[in-house]
Amino acid sequence: MLKFILLVNKQGQTRLAQYYEHPEHDRVSVERDIIRKCLAREDNQCSFLEYKNFKLVYRRYASLYFIVGVDHTENELAILELIHNIVETYDKYFDKVCELDIMFNLDKAYMILEEMVMNGRIVEMNQNRILLPIRVMDQATQ
Amino acid sequence: MSQLLEKLTMPAPAKLRDLIRQIRSVRTQAEERAVIEKECASIRGMFRDEDNTYRCRNVAKLLYIHMLGYPAHFGQLECLKLIASPRFTDKRIGYLGAALLLDERQDVHLLVTNSLKNDLNHNTQFVVGLALGTLGNICSVEMSRDLAGEVEKLLKSSNAYIKKKAALCAVRIIRKVPELMEMFLPATKNLLNEKNHGVLLTAVCLITEMCDKSPDALAHFRKQNKMVPQLVRILKNLIMAGYSPEHDVSGVSDPFLQVRILRLLRLLGKNDSDASEAMNDILAQVATNTETTKNVGNSILYETVLTIMDIKSESGLRVLAVNILGRFLLNNDKNIRYVALNSLLKTVQTDLNAVQRHRSTIVDCLKDPDISIRKRAMELSFALVNSNNVRGMMKELIFFLEKADPIFKVDCTSNICIAADKYAPNKRWHIDTMLKVLSTAGSYVRDDVIAHMISLVSEASSLQAYTVQHLFRAIQEDITQQPLVQVASWCVGEYGDLLMSGQVEEEEPLQVTEDEVLDTLEKIMNSSGSSAVTKSFTLTAVMKLSTRFTQTIPRIQALMDQFGSSVDMELQQRSVEFAKLFKSYDHMRSGLLERMPPLDAKVGSKGEGEANTNGETTAVSPPASPAVKQEEGNALLDLLGGGPSPAPVIPQVEKPAAPPAASNDLLGDLLGLDLSSPAAGPAPMVPGMSAPQPQVDMLGGLMDGVTPQPAVQMSANNLGIPSLIAYEKNGLKIEFSFQKDNSNANVVIITLTATNSTDTPMDEFVFQAAVPKTFQLQLQSPSGSVVPASNMGVVTQVIKILNPQKAPIRMRIKLTYNYKGNNVNDMGEVNSFPAALWQ
Repeated sequence: MLKFILLVNKQGQTRLAQYYEHPEHDRVSVERDIIRKCLAREDNQCSFLEYKNFKLVYRRYASLYFIVGVDHTENELAILELIHNIVETYDKYFDKVCELDIMFNLDKAYMILEEMVMNGRIVEMNQNRILLPIRVMDQATQ
Repeated sequence: MSQLLEKLTMPAPAKLRDLIRQIRSVRTQAEERAVIEKECASIRGMFRDEDNTYRCRNVAKLLYIHMLGYPAHFGQLECLKLIASPRFTDKRIGYLGAALLLDERQDVHLLVTNSLKNDLNHNTQFVVGLALGTLGNICSVEMSRDLAGEVEKLLKSSNAYIKKKAALCAVRIIRKVPELMEMFLPATKNLLNEKNHGVLLTAVCLITEMCDKSPDALAHFRKQNKMVPQLVRILKNLIMAGYSPEHDVSGVSDPFLQVRILRLLRLLGKNDSDASEAMNDILAQVATNTETTKNVGNSILYETVLTIMDIKSESGLRVLAVNILGRFLLNNDKNIRYVALNSLLKTVQTDLNAVQRHRSTIVDCLKDPDISIRKRAMELSFALVNSNNVRGMMKELIFFLEKADPIFKVDCTSNICIAADKYAPNKRWHIDTMLKVLSTAGSYVRDDVIAHMISLVSEASSLQAYTVQHLFRAIQEDITQQPLVQVASWCVGEYGDLLMSGQVEEEEPLQVTEDEVLDTLEKIMNSSGSSAVTKSFTLTAVMKLSTRFTQTIPRIQALMDQFGSSVDMELQQRSVEFAKLFKSYDHMRSGLLERMPPLDAKVGSKGEGEANTNGETTAVSPPASPAVKQEEGNALLDLLGGGPSPAPVIPQVEKPAAPPAASNDLLGDLLGLDLSSPAAGPAPMVPGMSAPQPQVDMLGGLMDGVTPQPAVQMSANNLGIPSLIAYEKNGLKIEFSFQKDNSNANVVIITLTATNSTDTPMDEFVFQAAVPKTFQLQLQSPSGSVVPASNMGVVTQVIKILNPQKAPIRMRIKLTYNYKGNNVNDMGEVNSFPAALWQ
């Protein structure tokens, strides 16, 4: 099960944070610690990191880091694939997604994520079906 | 939407966009905080005024503020208002806010139940979807009970979009309230016949959750429901279907669904031969047909391997699985190498021989550039050592040790010592290996390894000359590695005469004089880099040499006098005692300083769970801890309703590896002018074991001012006092057994034994106790901080109670430990102490 998904920039600022399990302790300080540990990793290290009683799977796209916290039942390689699919979906919707797109359209970014992952589990991986409700909504508000 | 709102009225509050710009433009954390505080104040004001126009915009801003880590909970009620609004745009932000801001641990989340119920019955699929999405993320126990019926209905809906989300809501509900599982069982029947992959994926999740939570459900799905053939069919379709644009992910058809199905098959096949049999073929097909050039294919293979390993699969299939992992180890992708090592580590116990075949690849991973991979490779390499390969493996591991990152060295040296002890082909090899460990990773050796090495040498009488020459050469070159110097000093002290004898086969004899030996030892004693423990070792060695050397006795005597004024209490005491031996008891000196009889390694090192790393860090158990504990003890006493001046709680800090300080006492007695007692036999002087005495003394001194206090005075006065179960809850059992101190009838010695009957170890176990002020309580350090699972081990701790008034003993206890990642705190009172303790 996924515990959280974080989007962080190279400076360590959180750009999106979705939790699927309420963090045990102080969310902010734990988040900072996680981000610090992931950003400190070098290129020649693998994308997995054991952290307390769970695992972090992270992947970097240009200036953005995607960090996913998972329990020990998850398949780390499949989570990497999930991260890639999230990025592709964002790319498709925002057309070459960048940090600013996420910042200024935070609600949309959350909605897209919610169509993909719910309650810490994958709901849908087909990009057209993921984006359908958001596109319908966009048309309705125009 | 925000543009729309902007058109309606002016002047309007800042838009989210503007707020973000403002936050981005600030340069310091303080400025950012100021901007946010100002914005929050304005948002609060508008909430207070019941503003409807900008509520949506304000909540959106709050979500951003929340993400930055600032408190935003005052927006909770506004989210509820937005959810209740008929407008979709309002609802959308409202639900988003609810999912982020509401906390199932606070009652306010229940207020959303009604709106959720309405929206779950809404006629627009997207509104239902929103409600399901939020419910899936925040649903609590109460909500589960209230809304399970709605979710079950939606699970049977004909709309795939609703169905897939309802399935994941059901997963959440079952997690929260397991009894509700039965309600969802019938609905799962048709879910696997769906065409839509989203529904299939979530349905497999739901069934997995059910099987995981309930053995009955697992049996149901295995037998009545013919689940395995259904899953096999779906999986077969996926791998045989060829390209389907709808489900393609980098050339593989819906890898996420494949992974999920493989995981469910694992649950179904575990410990069940029939189910395992039914999936053997498909697993073989997946294992051989999956594309392995990309990460996505490897994620499926990885899951397949885990399933093959976990079920009762055919042996051929298991070999295939281990070979896949072997191929993974050769992969260029470091992530794949990491998962391979991780999985091999899981299977090494059951498929040792299959894993052995990949030994050389695993050993190669010790040189991997990635530290996580090196760590796993090290663990796996140690698991693979056996008596056939020990020579080769040790060579590799010692080579690894030389280059290893400091954080690995301690574990690595300890593991090498354990493996060498277990599989050594002969004593000579064993000693050589230990010598190599000491000289390559000298500073990273645990105390137990030092004790182990010393006993090893003392047992191997034919190799003592060889060992002492090697060690002496090593310290002639380098005196900075404390554990090495300690072992070498001990050996030179014991076998110094052999250094001169030159009776070593196949080695070039060492040409040294007595003065050269003493030069080296003196250099160690005077070096600022030597720790107090090392100096004690060396001082004792010099003293021992006084009966082994012939020409340098005056020099040794002078050295003792010199250290008689050392500022280090321990060194001073030792050298004064040694000097006295020269002056007043010279006739007994040779007897006292005789060679040690062979030591039993098992007593010194085994059973001590964790010994400390040597060196400066020997002074563990910070002196501050008594004060802290005392405070906590006071807090506990307050709970007891005790008086204003509670009895002090003095935890006695002991070094774990230190057995009772018998050697010091023996010498102490001798020097205490007790001439009548004949000093028979050699004094068992093992400096490493009595050396940390000062710490004990300091704290012991608080108690009674007598030094040195033997750590534990065992007595036979415990007969007939029954033990007592002080605490038993959640699998943790604490038992007290009693003894009376034979030197002081008012002292009761309680030995606490903690056991854990659950299947998960309890970490960071801390026991604290407090007694009313008429007593004095002394807690000694526990044997460890982890209570092993399934009663496989114990934590013991000695508690001493001084009861001068012979009053009935009462005790308040407090326990903390970490269980499955959760911190557990509990308190209790023990009043049923047997009266024999104070009568």
